[in-house]
Amino acid sequence: MTAPSAQEIARRWVRAVAETSYIAIDRPSLTERLAVRVTTLLGLLAGDGTDWSPAREIGTALVASHFTSTDALTGTLDVLGTDLSAYADATGRADRLRRMLHELAAGYADALRERTLSEQERIHTAVIRARAEAEQARWDSEARFKAVFADAAIGIGIGDLSGRILEVNQALCEMLGYSVEELRGLKAADFTHPADDPEVWAQLGELFAGRTDHFRVQKAYYRRDGEEIWTDLVVSLIRAQDGTPRFAVGMVEDVTDRHRLLTQLEYQATHDPLTGLPNRTVFYDRLAEVLGDQEPGAAVGVCFLDLDGFKMINDTLGHDAGDALLRTVAQRLHDGLAAPDRLVARMGGDEFVVLIAPGAGADVLAAIAEAALAIVRRPVQVDGHSLAVSASIGVVVRNAVTTTAAELMKAADTTLYWAKSDGRDRWAMFDPHRHAQAVGRYRLSAQLPRAIEEDQFLLDYQPLVRLEDGALVGVEALVRWRHPEHGLLRPDRFIEMAELSGHIGRLGRWVLREACRQAARWRAADPDWQPLVSVNLSVRQVAHASIVDEVRDVLAETGMEPGSLQLELTESALMATKGEPLSTLHRLADLGVRIAIDDFGTGYSNLAYLSRLPIHALKLAGPFVAALRRPTGPDESDVEILSTLVHLAHTLKLTVTAEEVETAAQAELLAGLGCDLGQGWHFGMPVAGGEILRLRHPAN
Amino acid sequence: MERPRWAPDGLDLDRPSVARVYDYYLGGSHNFAVDREFAEQVIGQMPNVPELTRQNRGFLRRAVRDLARAGVEQFVDLGSGIPTVGNVHDVAQEINPAARVAYVDWDPVAVAHGQAILEDNPRTAVIGADLRDPAAVFAQPAVSALIDPAKPTAVLLIAVLHFVPDEEKPADLVAAIAGLLAPGSYIAISHASPEKEESVLDRAATLYRQTASPVTTRSPAEIAALFGDLEMLDPGVVRTPLWRPDFPDELGPEAAAYPGCAGVARVG
Repeated sequence: MTAPSAQEIARRWVRAVAETSYIAIDRPSLTERLAVRVTTLLGLLAGDGTDWSPAREIGTALVASHFTSTDALTGTLDVLGTDLSAYADATGRADRLRRMLHELAAGYADALRERTLSEQERIHTAVIRARAEAEQARWDSEARFKAVFADAAIGIGIGDLSGRILEVNQALCEMLGYSVEELRGLKAADFTHPADDPEVWAQLGELFAGRTDHFRVQKAYYRRDGEEIWTDLVVSLIRAQDGTPRFAVGMVEDVTDRHRLLTQLEYQATHDPLTGLPNRTVFYDRLAEVLGDQEPGAAVGVCFLDLDGFKMINDTLGHDAGDALLRTVAQRLHDGLAAPDRLVARMGGDEFVVLIAPGAGADVLAAIAEAALAIVRRPVQVDGHSLAVSASIGVVVRNAVTTTAAELMKAADTTLYWAKSDGRDRWAMFDPHRHAQAVGRYRLSAQLPRAIEEDQFLLDYQPLVRLEDGALVGVEALVRWRHPEHGLLRPDRFIEMAELSGHIGRLGRWVLREACRQAARWRAADPDWQPLVSVNLSVRQVAHASIVDEVRDVLAETGMEPGSLQLELTESALMATKGEPLSTLHRLADLGVRIAIDDFGTGYSNLAYLSRLPIHALKLAGPFVAALRRPTGPDESDVEILSTLVHLAHTLKLTVTAEEVETAAQAELLAGLGCDLGQGWHFGMPVAGGEILRLRHPAN
Repeated sequence: MERPRWAPDGLDLDRPSVARVYDYYLGGSHNFAVDREFAEQVIGQMPNVPELTRQNRGFLRRAVRDLARAGVEQFVDLGSGIPTVGNVHDVAQEINPAARVAYVDWDPVAVAHGQAILEDNPRTAVIGADLRDPAAVFAQPAVSALIDPAKPTAVLLIAVLHFVPDEEKPADLVAAIAGLLAPGSYIAISHASPEKEESVLDRAATLYRQTASPVTTRSPAEIAALFGDLEMLDPGVVRTPLWRPDFPDELGPEAAAYPGCAGVARVG
């Protein structure tokens, strides 16, 4: 019988074992390898040898090829036993076959046992090795941690989930001034500080509960010696392997110096260095804050305060005294007025502001303004001087929802100006009507230069009459503005703002020239008449030395006698003339021009000063003359005052003109008192230049 | 007083280890009683698990073989387990002796074992790391010494992504890995996937809750989605035995019912 095909047996063998184990090679290669094994077995079966090791090796090789499932062995024995038994029986080698398969199985068993033991040993070795590595890693980690913990510059504390401190490092001990033993056993809560954000303790609770893993806060501590330190604190949660919270680690960095610096910088940024009051930045921030509060009907108010005459104190007593005064006033304002809803701030210079919100009402603001005035009026001791100062206050209340910071402060500024111009040492409440008027005046002021150019001005003339005989001896020139929109405007509507805006110079020059020209026309028409022409002059005009040349030029141009021109200045304008303006006045007088004091008796009449001024005439203010017109007849004392004034003026060689003479009785009485000239409705309303000559010759 | 401990001990021999259980399925003895007991429970639910494991191993072999033949010289096996037989370096270095392989697993015993048996193979490295942080894995000195990030690399995620639950965003993880690789690299994935609605796989999967690695099975579409917009190699994501079989003629109908899918995609 021929030996069976090794190839075919190998193919069946592969089919029997391939599914039993993972094999790293493909089936054709495996079939090839197994065919070699089958050939070996066939050789062994056919021979007579007693060395069964080739069969054993095949068992060993099966295990080496990873046929470790016992199914692989049974499959192998099954295929080989079946496929080779016919051949073995036929050749009388059934015993050899049985022996050969026994040897193969024994080789397989030995190899599998070896392999199992060795793999078990390897995996145990791996465990030992892994454990050693983990141990090493932990030791390294602990050693690293211990080094970090012990030597760190920042303080580290470890606590349990009840907040009890378990471990602390040296840096933390030094930071807080306790020993390690003292700190251990204390609780985190033992280090509460009034400045703590309540959030800190809430966050710590979240951390202990495992809901957060770390947080960072700025926190203040009291050291054991009571000193306060500020720290940057980071608290982290340590979890167990299964994720449950175990410990909390706090890392504490002392940032006291930085905190102090920041606090100081913040203080400097928000406080006025001189007075320590909140500065304008704070004021505007707070204002923006309250204006941002859109509660309907919420009111916001400010008292904008400016010291009266502060510049004079600085100029006369020096800046140190001025600063001392500001410090005292600031302190008193703050002590007297500041409250949670009232911010007292220094805006700069001698300006202070009280911001009131919420609950700002006109009455509340008025009371605060009064209180502020009273506070400022209290004398301040500076360098041995007792300084009495006052303030002016602009008060504005606005609806927080509809106003803006800019509007509010502009209104406050305007209102402060009103308080100043109303006479200082008072407060003014913003008044929209007054504001509208002011705006109107401002508009007129802006139109003024163009009005001069476009010849919108004209002069009326009011008769000046000699009381003794009723003769028309002159006129007062009165300027009018024929405004294209507003019609004919009297000087009280525009002179003041012309003064303020500086346009008075041009307007004044025009008035002077026009009045003198008119006089020339009168002289031409009536050569016998040398009328006195009285023209009003403003303070600002006198302040410019060029007025002298202007007057001289006009006189020359119009051929007017200097003695026929009278320049009227108000009493206050005259009293204010010092230095340069006073010398200007003298030079005007030197030209031969007459100088008159207008509205005499309405201001502070320094009689002693009068004698030193180059003046020629007084014009008695309306009220003196009006006093003579009481329904009950003139009061004796009124008459006496008038009489004395006239007498005084005459003593000083001044002529006296009575203004606002409205009745014949007044005229008669004034004539009786020796008053020289009169003007007023009784003698004639202001009229156009052409009308005047008709008054001189009523018959005509 | 109880003191905090700063390093996890990392060794828990009281729980079955996925890596050692896998070894047992493959006929290895690198396992302990606890692993074998667990493996037998799974086999009780799903008797063909060893066969399935072998099939999965077969996919690994075919994928590595094809990629090595395609010229890839660098392999990173993420979640390699215990290298028992038919390992990546066996297959790859047979085709290209210069091939380099990094094995990565988070099981310290698997890592220690791998390091012991591969000590003498300079073109391999075994690293203990968590594949869920691929940047950290690739930054490990032992990896970067072996794997040049500028060259094409095959990253193998064999039977491992089903241990990454949805909340850990496995697709993002795959994208992150792809982002670390040079153009011409590949990612191979095999993944548990129920073959029908009522699969024994799901019952077996619940057993894995006892391990440190519970299983999330996914549908073929979900597995395909893990690749994101990477370019799939033929035949795409298919039942694992159907991925480029050696002998298509020998595949039985059970291949189409295999409770797992596999695919390989090209990066860049």
